[in-house]
Amino acid sequence: MVNPMEKIRIEHLSIRYSDGTESLRDICLSIPANQITVLFGPAGGGKSTLLRALNRLNDLADVQEVSGQILFNGVNILDPGVNVVNLRRKIGMVFSRPVVLPLSIYQNVSYGLELMGERRKSKLDEAVERALRRAALWDEVYDRLKDPASAISGGQQQRLCLARVLALEPEVILLDEPTSALDPVSTARIEGLMQEIKEQYTIVWVPHNVQQAARMADYAAFFLQGELVEHGPGETLFVKPRDQRTQDYVTGRFG
Amino acid sequence: MERSLTSARIQQRIGFSLLGLVTFATVLPVLLIIGFIIVKGAPAISWEFLTAMPRNGMRDGGILPAIIGTFYLTLGTAIFSVPLGIAAAIYISEYAPDNFLTRLIRIAIINLAGIPSVVYGLFGLGLFVLFLRLGTSILAASLTLSIMTLPVIISTAEEALRSVPQAFRTVSISLGATRWQTIWRIVLPQAMPGIITGIILGLERAAGETAPILFTGAAFFLPRLPQSPFDATMALPYHIFVISTSVPGMPIQIQYGTVLVLLVFVLGMNLIATLIRQRARARRQW
Repeated sequence: MVNPMEKIRIEHLSIRYSDGTESLRDICLSIPANQITVLFGPAGGGKSTLLRALNRLNDLADVQEVSGQILFNGVNILDPGVNVVNLRRKIGMVFSRPVVLPLSIYQNVSYGLELMGERRKSKLDEAVERALRRAALWDEVYDRLKDPASAISGGQQQRLCLARVLALEPEVILLDEPTSALDPVSTARIEGLMQEIKEQYTIVWVPHNVQQAARMADYAAFFLQGELVEHGPGETLFVKPRDQRTQDYVTGRFG
Repeated sequence: MERSLTSARIQQRIGFSLLGLVTFATVLPVLLIIGFIIVKGAPAISWEFLTAMPRNGMRDGGILPAIIGTFYLTLGTAIFSVPLGIAAAIYISEYAPDNFLTRLIRIAIINLAGIPSVVYGLFGLGLFVLFLRLGTSILAASLTLSIMTLPVIISTAEEALRSVPQAFRTVSISLGATRWQTIWRIVLPQAMPGIITGIILGLERAAGETAPILFTGAAFFLPRLPQSPFDATMALPYHIFVISTSVPGMPIQIQYGTVLVLLVFVLGMNLIATLIRQRARARRQW
């Protein structure tokens, strides 16, 4: 039954906040492995809520009610018995603002590993270098790894945030409008980078505009006010959407 | 047009001058007190004054036991109030759910800070000295001062913890940290300068208080230094009270000298707190 290409399957997921704001209604969606899946749509549609449900970050928010299932490698991650710490290591997240931890560049990358109890300097050095190289940041920071992470530029900080996730060797990377605070050059770097590494990971991306959605999507899902309107391969969804609302949004009639 | 502009400018100048004057008026008493005490007290300060026992019914000699006593009391207060205060602040800021009980606790803490110090003194007398049978001792006085200091430490520490951006916590958790790991590795180090400032300000108040130690641990005069936490002790604030009211023929410069020593002790702590705060502000990355 399980599709080998399918990494995450969301079944009838509904989420409601206690104040009744942004919510999701009966979402069913299959997220393919080794591709970029884009969740897009106007603000307040529930994209970020869905993203944060995938690594249980909603646990921190005021969520009143969750129903349905999210199957990751065949296990329902919404199950209260799930080890969320392990889950978050396998499903990493990059946020919309490049929030570097108030530590050095090196420590930002080694942070997740040290939490796991890794103390061996050689292992950490190796992992930090590998992650920074994969995030295309090594050449810019290798000679100042001990500097505070806040000293590098915004674009570099966001790549550092990516490196920090990559250091944990995750299976899935969630990106919540990762380039909304970046200039076009830095944005292009992140986009190019994700295209390069997507084959080794499963990427779920909430873009901050339709253009980016269209550029990045191997697979796309359109959300409107908590409802999944339609989903499909990027090339068909952006060119020939089935639903009029998708059509209107993609062509810029509203949004 | 030109005229109204000029008059507006004059108004502004008068306004600013008035504000400046009022500001100066609030600072003036502080400067006067400090200046007055320094001028009057400095001649009394000598090596002997700081390191000798009092002689001749405290009219002569030094104030060593009072200095040592205040040091012990401050230290004792720190031992109890710092770990408790930080733990309570962490609980309230990081763990406690935002409900009626938590709000009640927070209000209680704020109100605790407003209780007159003599009430703490009587409370300490009842609970520590009599009920727990600690007697009038450094221990009982330190515990009493701790209770008085706790609200200051808790509320400043809570404030410092809260000022650490929420995003750090979210990021840390998203990288697989538990809540406690996040607090220990990220939040606490960032809040530390603010917490330390609060601790020093709280202890400074404890060091200068008379009423809470009056019934719980302070002695009028002791011929020797305290040997254990269960001994009573002399202390600077109470000593000042004693030598200004209860010792006939007390040389005036000993009184001023003692006040000066207490003032230096307390303002010195204040200075350290300010320096820590400034250093942390310069280093902060957010």
